[in-house]
Amino acid sequence: MALAGLFLLLFLPVHLVINLMLLKSDPDPFNTAAHFMATFPLVKIVEIVLIAAILIHICYGIYLQIMNWLSRPAGYAVRNKSETAFFSRFMIWTGASVLTFLVLHFFNFYFIRLGLVEGNAEDFYSVAHDLFSIPAYNYIYLTCFMLLGLHLFHAFSSAFQTLGLNHRIWTPVVNVLAWIYAIGIPAGFAFISISLWLFR
Amino acid sequence: MKLTLKIWRQKNARARGTFVTYRMDDVSPEMSFLEMLDSLNKKLVEENLEPVAFDHDCREGICGSCGMYINGHPHGPVPAITTCHLSMRHLRDGETIWVEPWRAKPFPVIKDLIVDRSAFDKIQSAGGFISVNSGGAPEANSIPVKRKNADDAFDSAICIGCGACVAACKNASAMLFVSAKISQFALLPQGRTEAKERVRAMVEKMDELGFGNCSNTGACEAECPKQIKLTNIARLNREYYKAY
Repeated sequence: MALAGLFLLLFLPVHLVINLMLLKSDPDPFNTAAHFMATFPLVKIVEIVLIAAILIHICYGIYLQIMNWLSRPAGYAVRNKSETAFFSRFMIWTGASVLTFLVLHFFNFYFIRLGLVEGNAEDFYSVAHDLFSIPAYNYIYLTCFMLLGLHLFHAFSSAFQTLGLNHRIWTPVVNVLAWIYAIGIPAGFAFISISLWLFR
Repeated sequence: MKLTLKIWRQKNARARGTFVTYRMDDVSPEMSFLEMLDSLNKKLVEENLEPVAFDHDCREGICGSCGMYINGHPHGPVPAITTCHLSMRHLRDGETIWVEPWRAKPFPVIKDLIVDRSAFDKIQSAGGFISVNSGGAPEANSIPVKRKNADDAFDSAICIGCGACVAACKNASAMLFVSAKISQFALLPQGRTEAKERVRAMVEKMDELGFGNCSNTGACEAECPKQIKLTNIARLNREYYKAY
């Protein structure tokens, strides 16, 4: 769970850097990068690992959540008031929102490249620009990335704890990095969405 | 103090329980929470009613028996104490107090506020010990131990096994308890010999008994009356990976 999650954490900044090319008026850099990601053999291997990480993370996350619900068949009358890592309470729900977006995202891009859905796989720049001109798509996009931020905030530090990487000095540093990552990555994606939606 | 108590009453393990409301008009702020329940029980006995069953033993915060879930907190709203150390002055005059038993599949309710916590004993029996020959106690200082390790092992060993960590955790996970028991041995040379077998056996038993999984929420640490730290859970994870 933690290893798969950490791999996904590494992938997101790469995706963001490629998406930032959407802000250029020239479609070539983005389309070239997308083509490279789709065809370069080493990236193809990473893609298989990535899909495996997504599936493991989703399936194992759902399995663990069901096990956790079964561990307390009768709940409390008074809701737990313990001081806790707030966002950790909603991981399954923020994760489910991200999954919903992922399905939409796959239909819009990844399935086109795989030939499962009709579309122009060589010009994802135009596909993205068309999507970001639809207000409803931006509402969904921004909401999902806000929820992704909440998911990432707990995920980042939690993954280190699960892997046993807890340290007197470094754990507080990891917690600060979790804040920076959880705000920075979704903010980057949101910036692209808002720029293409409102300022183009 | 005047209080309204809503206490979980359940005749036995198979019966369906419900909350029963009791009004207390003469509670002294100097009383402990358990003394307040004692006075309620005295009243109930005088009225020929069944007293509320609750676990208690030392009433000194050592035995870990007096676990109950008070207004959304295991052991009540004051941090780092057990229920027996909870004073009535910590609660407000006129307050409605909900008192519930620990809720977890491996801790079934026996009666009212008493739960069966033998699941913890089973985890301990699976590996929470070191194997030594009986006989005279060896010289304590014959094996040198780093001061920090000795202190950390002691901080883990003060876990009283009350079950508050399980009660507080949204997943009813026993990771804080198991990690404390693993840590107290893992940090000392005497515990290293069986470290791999111990962690495998205790984690396997914990899973088999139906405790939930740790999602690093931290409610256990926040509610632990002995302030056992989450760093123990990270150590448990490290020990577990090393055991394979």
